Amino acid sequence: MRRLPWARTVFWLYVATLMLPLLWMFGMSIRPNDEILGSFSLLPQNVTLENYVTFFTDSAWYSSYLNSIVYTSLNTVFSLIVALPAAYAFSRFRFAGDKHLFFWLLTNRMAPPAVFLLPFFQIYQSVGLFDTHLGVAIAHMLFNVPLAVWILEGFMSGIPREIDETAAIDGYSLPRFFFKIFLPMIRSAIGVTAFFCFMFSWVELLIARTITSVNAKPIAATMTRTVSAAGIDWGLLAAAGVLTIIPGAIVIWFVRNYIAKGFALGRV
Amino acid sequence: MTTSDVPAKVAGSQVAGEVVAPAVPPSASNEEEAPRDVKPKNNRAWWLVLPVVVSVAFTAVIPLMTVVNFSVQDVFTPTDRIFVGLDWFRSVTRDPEVRAAFLRTLMFSAQVLIIEIPLGVLLAVCMPRRGAWVSVALVVVALPLLIPWNVVGTIWQIFARGDIGLGGWVVNNVLGINFNYTLDSTDAWITVLAMDVWHWTPLVALLAYAGLRSIPEPYFQAAQIDGASAWATFRHVQLPRLRGVLTIAILLRFMDSFMIYTEPFVVTGGGPGNATSFLSILLSKIAVGQFDLGPAGAFSLLYFLIVQIACYVFFTVLTRSGR
Repeated sequence: MRRLPWARTVFWLYVATLMLPLLWMFGMSIRPNDEILGSFSLLPQNVTLENYVTFFTDSAWYSSYLNSIVYTSLNTVFSLIVALPAAYAFSRFRFAGDKHLFFWLLTNRMAPPAVFLLPFFQIYQSVGLFDTHLGVAIAHMLFNVPLAVWILEGFMSGIPREIDETAAIDGYSLPRFFFKIFLPMIRSAIGVTAFFCFMFSWVELLIARTITSVNAKPIAATMTRTVSAAGIDWGLLAAAGVLTIIPGAIVIWFVRNYIAKGFALGRV
Repeated sequence: MTTSDVPAKVAGSQVAGEVVAPAVPPSASNEEEAPRDVKPKNNRAWWLVLPVVVSVAFTAVIPLMTVVNFSVQDVFTPTDRIFVGLDWFRSVTRDPEVRAAFLRTLMFSAQVLIIEIPLGVLLAVCMPRRGAWVSVALVVVALPLLIPWNVVGTIWQIFARGDIGLGGWVVNNVLGINFNYTLDSTDAWITVLAMDVWHWTPLVALLAYAGLRSIPEPYFQAAQIDGASAWATFRHVQLPRLRGVLTIAILLRFMDSFMIYTEPFVVTGGGPGNATSFLSILLSKIAVGQFDLGPAGAFSLLYFLIVQIACYVFFTVLTRSGR
């Protein structure tokens, strides 16, 4: 189709506005703190990596970064294992209460995490999961399992059921068909789902902060408590921000065509 | 919900002999137009769903029951509690602070939708449609979506400050407007709103873009032959085909803006005063800040109920044909 003459201008203008705050934070992260607070300048006068060095040498920082990676990875694996058979069931069969169940899953994805704060705090303490990686990974299944089921169901429904039937005629049992034929067929869908599970667990702050204190403290919580006696350490905060963007920025290229589909729960 | 509809089906599914138009343009190609019969009924599929039910029971049902428990009791100590019926619900719905937060959150969601939906569509129309720039454009536009929410907060916390942030500095020193989001409630609101627009307009844009790309080329050729202007093409060819994706975009944006927590928490902490104290922020303050179990429980349930209703609308729109 023909494009409007000013379309390109509008688009790149938007991209510029979009990048500006990001680049500004990056600029902050490579300046020493006295320069940040001393005088306002567009470009850094003294480029330094000291904020990053601090991040990687202070165990309070890098260990919480590792904590986040550990529990998001655990959560991604759990969510996928639980969601794969369920998504297959939803996409292939009708069964008693299927629609209600499917809807109920959606309500958990949409529920405000704040609603679950109070019970999570108490339950995870009473069962000994408080302040553990496992605890956060399980808590985040609250929204990631429904998300994974919905996204996977969307992808699986795009695969014709004739394949299942042909395999059954060829003598494949359901588990064998599922692992040998079906899973390899939807591996890109699994990748996309894993990406979204990882991401939503990685960005969640409220629950993760509430059910941890020291041992499993997420990077997001560490970042919201950077106020020291000398005020906020802006340079270090910016460096931490840049570093937490990196995991998403690395994989974004591989999922670029599925981002809309993932956010729309597999419905686009 | 009637029992005849099939949950969230793909293009070309047939229910009772009637072709159900897809709610959204399918991303897969349409080569498989052959009638798909109704899925077989098999209650043993429950075994496949069981792990999900168990895991969600632990992460959602048990906690919700606990919340219900809190909401109807006055808990003094773990062993000393009395049943108070609906008293907490009454006091919460009459609490001026809760009411203000509710209206504030609604207002915020409304403003978010009014700004982000048209802007997102505009952006989608302007995005390159073919060539090497497509991938680059997709990645760049999607970038804010993949930034951890607290970092989005941090980015704007820095960017909007008058002393060290480019945005705040420009407003204060170039435009000459006194802007300080930590002191002035209007400035705080604008900052949070700008942050949300920055953060989530890309989602609307990507959804609309996916919708636009699924429009077959002959539609545009026909419009061109008819001598339609760019606006007429947009209004009568593109916009109607975007209905499905835009419905999803509106509902997603409503839902997520209605439960916003992290970003304003980082930037303003709900202040100054109560200016940006949204429902989630207020609730978490009552719940884990003050440990008011009863009010927090009642508040949580009411909040959950509103989301349930919105969710039901969402589900109905997605699973019905939608047109």
